[in-house]
Amino acid sequence: MATLTYLQAISAALRDELRDDERVLMMGEDIGVFGGAFKVTDGFIEEFGADRVMDTPLAESAIIGTAIGAAVVGMRPVCEMQFSDFIACGFDQLVNVAGKMHYRQGLAVPITVRLPSGGGFSGGPFHSQNPEAWFMHSPGIKVVAPATAEDAKGLLHAAIRDPNPVCFMEHKHLYRRIKGEVPDGIHETPMTARIAREGSDLVVIAYGAMVHVALEATEDLDGASVEVLDLRSLVPLDTEAILASVAKCSKVVILDEANATCAAGAQVAALIAEHAFEDLDGPVTRVSTPDVPIPFSPPLEQAVLPGVERVKEACRELLAY
Amino acid sequence: MATQTAQQAQAGSHLLPEDRAALLRAMLLMRGLEERAMSLYRQGKVPGSFYDGYGQEAVSAGAAFAMAPADRLCVLHRDLAAHVIRGVPPARILAQYLGRATGVTRGRDGNVHFGDRHLGCVGMVSMLPDMMLVATGMAMAFKLRGERRCAITWFGDGSTSRGDFHEAMNWAGVQKLPVVFVLENNQYAYSTPLDKQFAVDPVERAAAYGFSGVTVDGNDAEAMFEATRAARERAISGQGPTLIEAVTMRMHGHAAHDDMKYVPKEQVEEWRKRDPIDRQEARVTGAGGDVEAIRGSVRAEIDAAAEEALAAPMPDPAGAAEGVFGVGEAEPLGDGLAPWSGFATGAPEGVS
Repeated sequence: MATLTYLQAISAALRDELRDDERVLMMGEDIGVFGGAFKVTDGFIEEFGADRVMDTPLAESAIIGTAIGAAVVGMRPVCEMQFSDFIACGFDQLVNVAGKMHYRQGLAVPITVRLPSGGGFSGGPFHSQNPEAWFMHSPGIKVVAPATAEDAKGLLHAAIRDPNPVCFMEHKHLYRRIKGEVPDGIHETPMTARIAREGSDLVVIAYGAMVHVALEATEDLDGASVEVLDLRSLVPLDTEAILASVAKCSKVVILDEANATCAAGAQVAALIAEHAFEDLDGPVTRVSTPDVPIPFSPPLEQAVLPGVERVKEACRELLAY
Repeated sequence: MATQTAQQAQAGSHLLPEDRAALLRAMLLMRGLEERAMSLYRQGKVPGSFYDGYGQEAVSAGAAFAMAPADRLCVLHRDLAAHVIRGVPPARILAQYLGRATGVTRGRDGNVHFGDRHLGCVGMVSMLPDMMLVATGMAMAFKLRGERRCAITWFGDGSTSRGDFHEAMNWAGVQKLPVVFVLENNQYAYSTPLDKQFAVDPVERAAAYGFSGVTVDGNDAEAMFEATRAARERAISGQGPTLIEAVTMRMHGHAAHDDMKYVPKEQVEEWRKRDPIDRQEARVTGAGGDVEAIRGSVRAEIDAAAEEALAAPMPDPAGAAEGVFGVGEAEPLGDGLAPWSGFATGAPEGVS
């Protein structure tokens, strides 16, 4: 057991997999000699060499496309998008080639795509997005989004060892802000939800960085017993855990950082409306980013991203319902 | 960088008489299967649309014939002969068109959108030329592991306008990968002629990416074979990729609904004189082969395949949502057949 930051946990998982399985290789822009824009692969090239920690051309479609080709002949590529926003340039390969391959041809595509996501640091419209819902809407791609250091490592092991394309949403804002105890060696975190805090009056459902916003906002909310459910995985979505929390608490706030329309939170809301109508004691409440590009200037960015105060307000309103 | 000519590529054949007959047979199977599928389409038995490669048979037959069992192929929609050569049974091909449970994709995808993963092939997607990158990635893995194998992919003239063409050519050039790019220049991308597609013949671009480009008569199966064999040798001996531009003509419409009104009739008639099957038949006859016997056996094979495919069940609707995700250990592509005599006698990689 070691205390690691979220970023160190991701690095540790990658290092363990490179040591454990010679089929694993890292591909991405500036990940080798430079060690990655966020230094996730810092020092890797010295240990594993330039073939396995590959500095690629600036070509996201090619990173995903060649990873697919390498995967179907036996490799286990882990692609880094320098920022999750850039997956837009590799979207076609991921959605049309990788995502539909197994259904069409029975051919598994074991690739992991690491997507440094999220805002909160003036990254502006092209370095702050949360594109997870793009892939939730496209069959054949798994999507995981860890909130803790332990899950960052465990879910990354699970992603790399999965026979399918997996989008690993790593939240940039958590990289150096979150620390935690992480078990040594390879342990896989299941792609299921986790109760981050038990409660009974209301449940906040969140994932990624928003789990921490939810915990902070509800730590002391006028004495209410608030549960926080950390989804961890968006595809597959842990329907059972979601419905269990709703049945227990009867009031639900769904929190996500992505733009509101058709977001992961919208899917969770639809699920609850369909399957837990009778359990509800109030309207399903959503807190998310409005449908605007993420602005650059701090007061503008803070105005759109969900924060502790907005979550408190939403919870209070629902508790009083 | 020098552009190799078709004549150079043809100098000194590596084909025995039985290879010539096998090439003819693959082309006849392709044409016969597609004609049968078209007829089934006209009868309303093939759902969706129908695409064929009439007149382009030499491009896939010649190039695929140069591939060894351990090589990997990303095959385009006018390249049915590649599937035939790798060993996909004709009944399975017709069942694929018919959307049957016994088709290669079990009704999940239609037409020539298939690859038999057990035979080293990955089926195309409609976004062209996405498969150039997949083939490049296969080649990257072969190089990283130090294996003497190559990947090959086919794509059309229209594909050269899209970014993935550039990304694949550049990546393969930078990493000097064992990949063979076959540009199937059939004069039209749907209705768009070459002069609206590019200002410079794409074969010239190969030099800009740091490797060779060669123009080949795409209606000559043996020229295609020789050029691809040479490209494969370069690939597996560490000399990097090759772009082969196969010049041919799409003799039918883009798909069955397309009347080709945008193509001058004289152009079609001119190309009809250069039919790749007529050419290969003349070669086989010249070498003492019995073309009629080959034609007869191909006809019988297609008749039997059609009967089998038409009797095959439709897929069970209850299974429509199954198989989206893989479960358990991912199984990589398997090896395909490689009927060229050069592979039967030579080293594992089969290079003479």
